[in-house]
Amino acid sequence: MRHRQGWYALLIAPFAGTLFPWIYNRQTPELFGLPFFYWYQLGWVVVTAALLGLVVYLTRGRDDV
Amino acid sequence: MTIVGFLAARWGNPNLASIDEWALGGRRFGTIVSWFLLGGDLYTAYTFVAVPALIYGVGALGFFAVPYATIAYPIALVVLVRFWGVARKRGYVTAADFVRERFDDRPLEVAVALTGVVAAMPYIALQLVGMKAVFAQLGGMFAAYGGLPALTVSFALLAAYTYTSGLRAPASIAFVKDTLIYVTVIAAVVVIPAKLGGWANIFHASAAQLAIRPKPSSILLAPPQYFTYATMAFGSALSLFIYPHSITSVLAARSKEVLRRNAALLPIYSLLLGLLALLGYCAIAAGIKVQPANSSSVVPLLFARFFPAWFAGVAGAAVAIGALVPAAIMCIGAANLCASNVFSEFSAARKPVGTRFVRLLTLATCAGALLFIFFVPVPYAIDFQLLGGALMLQTFPAFVLGLWTRWFHPRALLAGWAAGLLASCAMAYAGGFGPNFTVREFGGSVTGFIALYALIANLAVAAALTVVFRKLSASAGADRTTAGDYA
Repeated sequence: MRHRQGWYALLIAPFAGTLFPWIYNRQTPELFGLPFFYWYQLGWVVVTAALLGLVVYLTRGRDDV
Repeated sequence: MTIVGFLAARWGNPNLASIDEWALGGRRFGTIVSWFLLGGDLYTAYTFVAVPALIYGVGALGFFAVPYATIAYPIALVVLVRFWGVARKRGYVTAADFVRERFDDRPLEVAVALTGVVAAMPYIALQLVGMKAVFAQLGGMFAAYGGLPALTVSFALLAAYTYTSGLRAPASIAFVKDTLIYVTVIAAVVVIPAKLGGWANIFHASAAQLAIRPKPSSILLAPPQYFTYATMAFGSALSLFIYPHSITSVLAARSKEVLRRNAALLPIYSLLLGLLALLGYCAIAAGIKVQPANSSSVVPLLFARFFPAWFAGVAGAAVAIGALVPAAIMCIGAANLCASNVFSEFSAARKPVGTRFVRLLTLATCAGALLFIFFVPVPYAIDFQLLGGALMLQTFPAFVLGLWTRWFHPRALLAGWAAGLLASCAMAYAGGFGPNFTVREFGGSVTGFIALYALIANLAVAAALTVVFRKLSASAGADRTTAGDYA
């Protein structure tokens, strides 16, 4: 069980990706007419959900129901 | 809808005299029920009305809700799953229950509990602001006398079904409400941009409109806003799951695995919130004009403009019902805190709290929130809610850090909490509370700061005093939780 806890480190990525507007506060490239600022952050919602799903799966324990 | 609420009393054939059954749905909710309950609880009607209104008012800065609702879930996965484990093993109903056993300090427990109650009040009141905006739009008997009679009736129903059914009432209504909200939002983000000539057009028109406002803003952040944006997102994400209504919904989950799955599934709501936020720009591009003080009517007006009357009615109903779910859970959460952590602490003999007492307190909380909306003007309610978030975060060291470490001395935590409270209030006043929109915007943009800065002050005081108390060898009380409780 213990050795699997390392997977939680994956969850640092959403913080790094969303908490620094310096990197994504820009108009281009646009997607479906949305400026980069908007679709980039909406993209992180999806990526974060996927990462959470992955971490939850990889760290599941035997006693989990 | 109301019938569903009352029928919920029979769901799972519970014994409603037990507090676990009444207030926590018997702690038996599975993945899907928990998903609807937590989603309906965290993404309130006010959120769905206020976030587009904020974008409409201040442009890009209002989008901070999206990174906030993203990073809240990694935090939830780590913090809440651990808390759920201890709470299940030791039978806690509130966060303050944990603080009592962990730190063996009654003033600290009462401080944590009262903070939750105080922060919940304006939050409940804001749910009513969302409903009021919708009622005004529906017109007819709903809009009579500023919507207050209609509000009172809805709230009386809310109080009645919560009294009868406990947490099962909002849980069952959340199914209906969230389905309505999903249908509405998906229809809105498909139909409205198409009628306005696509997103590229909408952003183009919004950028032009925002630039010529008396107080210009933009569809991108100005560099001085970067820090504000980041701290608002981070500070809000830290405090989201400390709120009593979050704790109540979380403890109703059946197992850790239910919670863990939900951490990965709940971001679907965040995506919905993000799309909905963009409707604020649709409103600008569509030329909808509202007075800043009245900004919560942006979304109802947008629906009235682009949807046929019957569908706008459905959307309005979704928002109105949407307000009742979190309002009910917040009332239950606040009542739990009052009953188990405030009143029983002051009575001579600590005895198990009766459900009847908690139920009556829930009614009292509902009534209190209703009075709040009758007597406190809306912009103040919003200020109070933002301040409430800052206060809530001051329980972070005792509650969240307490889940991992007992290094802090209980009295040092209490002093830190007081310092954080004072710092929040002082900064809020210095930032200028005021009824006009400019100040409210300002309050909104600074509050992320306030919460986080106050937390830093809080931690500094708590850490410094802990060192001092250690030197003085002051007794730190006994920890009644064991390492096994956290496994």
